Amino acid sequence: MDPVKRVRGRALPLDRADVDTDQVIPSSYLKRIGRTGFADGLFAAWRRDASFVANDPRYAGASVLVAGANFGCGSSREHAAWALRDGGFTVIVAPSFADIFRSNALRTGLVPVRLDAALVTRIMRAVEQDPAVEIDVDVEAGRVRVPSLGIDERLDLDDFTRSCLVQGLDEIGLTLRHDADIAAYEARRPAWRPRIAPAGTGRG
Amino acid sequence: MSPTAPRTTLAQKVWERHVVRRAEGEPDLLYVDLHLVHEVTSPQAFDGLRMAHRKVRRPDLTLATMDHNVPTDAAKPDDVAQKQIEALVRNCQEFGVRLYPMGSPDQGIVHVIGPQLGFTQPGMVIVCGDSHTSTHGAFGSIAFGIGTSEVEHVLATQTIPQARPRTMAITVDGALPPEVSAKDVILGIIARIGVGGGQGTIVEYRGSTIRGLSMEGRMTVCNMSIEGGARAGMVAPDDVTFAYLEGRPFAPRGADWERALDDWRSLATDEEAPFDRALRVDARELRPYVTWGTNPGQAQTIDGAVPDPDSLTDGARREAARRALAYQALRPGVPIRDIAVDAVFIGSCTNARIEDLRAAAAVLAGRHVRSGLRALVVPGSGRVKEQAEREGLDRVFRDAGFEWRSAGCSMCLGMNPDVLRPGERCASTSNRNFEGRQGPGGRTHLVSPAVAAATAVKGTFALPSDLR
Ligand code: SF4
Repeated sequence: MDPVKRVRGRALPLDRADVDTDQVIPSSYLKRIGRTGFADGLFAAWRRDASFVANDPRYAGASVLVAGANFGCGSSREHAAWALRDGGFTVIVAPSFADIFRSNALRTGLVPVRLDAALVTRIMRAVEQDPAVEIDVDVEAGRVRVPSLGIDERLDLDDFTRSCLVQGLDEIGLTLRHDADIAAYEARRPAWRPRIAPAGTGRG
Repeated sequence: MSPTAPRTTLAQKVWERHVVRRAEGEPDLLYVDLHLVHEVTSPQAFDGLRMAHRKVRRPDLTLATMDHNVPTDAAKPDDVAQKQIEALVRNCQEFGVRLYPMGSPDQGIVHVIGPQLGFTQPGMVIVCGDSHTSTHGAFGSIAFGIGTSEVEHVLATQTIPQARPRTMAITVDGALPPEVSAKDVILGIIARIGVGGGQGTIVEYRGSTIRGLSMEGRMTVCNMSIEGGARAGMVAPDDVTFAYLEGRPFAPRGADWERALDDWRSLATDEEAPFDRALRVDARELRPYVTWGTNPGQAQTIDGAVPDPDSLTDGARREAARRALAYQALRPGVPIRDIAVDAVFIGSCTNARIEDLRAAAAVLAGRHVRSGLRALVVPGSGRVKEQAEREGLDRVFRDAGFEWRSAGCSMCLGMNPDVLRPGERCASTSNRNFEGRQGPGGRTHLVSPAVAAATAVKGTFALPSDLR
């Protein structure tokens, strides 16, 4: 993952709660076996409606998505995070996120920014009126700012998560440093726990 | 237990037993006992391993099947789906992972085959690149869905870093009224807490009603935990759990069985252990539910009517209800029983186990689906299909006018050719009624297997007792 230190950009206002990952990317777009090329699928069904906000040229080039509560509920498909990234987004601002989406986003270098519902609504209204409103997410300093609205809030991410984003850490590499701990755990795991014989041999 | 020992919950006990490493300010590193893999969320993970020259740490704790986009009739998968299926076969061969491919009698929906093979056992940590992994919590395991990057992480390390979630007790007490099933219990719960209500928590389902459910019923309840926003759902293991497991292919045997039982019996939540949140439901207030909207929380009892969005006080929910009714082409005030459907789907990891098929077949025996209506039954696994055929259920379904298919996810998510046409309305035993979930423009109403069967006969939403 590339490091994400600071993102500043214009926003797309998606004023809907409970946006599920089937809407972010419908299942028919999940058949690719690579990690890129999912932009076509982003909000594919909604984009067929000419009045859908993402079709509004005033918001072209937005890198921040502002959305309602419980964003990313439903399916665990990481393709939803990939599609948003492929569609040019690096930040999602919402009052809350579904758990799996949130961890998928972080691993894709997409910053989930949780703010109070009232603040999100204020930003939403401002962006609806003026697409030029900029949102500034300083991951390194742990601040979210909307200068034109005088908003300057703490970024709701713990230090560990922030440092992973800022350094673009390979989480697997991090965990493998604790190989001795894993091996020790394996040594004390109950022997009766189920195991599968190697592929190609009989069951059990 | 000494009076000073902390009282802990089932979820906390299982969690603590899986902590590989704990460090201040970092998520816990948890050991994974079982990693289930399927074709849609794994190819990029295996690629990642390959690029980093890593291997699968514990192929013996990893099990793969294909379910999401396999065809359930004689047709061949389309070219793109075929690529994904072939990638899984290749990846499993290369990394030494056991795969139940199409055509294997053990192939099926990933959440149906784990329990059926006896691989899903109490007190485990189970993950899969699929949100309905919560199903396995019915056995008293912590089971949750993960994304593809996490799949890669588990393949490489057999562990997963996780922040400790909060706990929520959902207690359902009392006898279920007639015609109310496990599916209605969970739909009733989600209607109460909303689709984000369980966010950040592991839910433990408790109470006499839950204890009274079969393992399959408990799986149905836990399956939809994610639809209430919860990270996972659990039921404490008890004699019902042990009886289900005993003798299954991967269940412990002999002295190991006794050791396992001792361990499993120690898992139940201590009396008066504190939960972060709690909800009580009186089972006598539950009725069969039908969703009217485009998320699983937008449900009404079958005796009710489509709600009026204007009656909702919360602005976001009112707006969501308006949009849902527009998408579903429904008017406020229309009785649920007056809504006519074009299709009926009995299947999915929520309701495609043998008891579900029995419940539907009992309604259909000697009856016929309404003419013009498309009806599909897709068993959850090859074994479920075999068993149903032994019991003659396939005949009942076929005679009633249902198509009898092979195992897979099928019309639950519309990745294979089983899709709704735009505008078609479907009574479905699956778990998600999101816009376009069963095919672009399709309209989904979630129901229990018995209601699905009765609806197929009547053509409008109905209970079995409405057919007499
Ligand atoms: S049946 Fe549906 S919900 Fe279950 S695993 Fe398959 S696609 Fe997901």
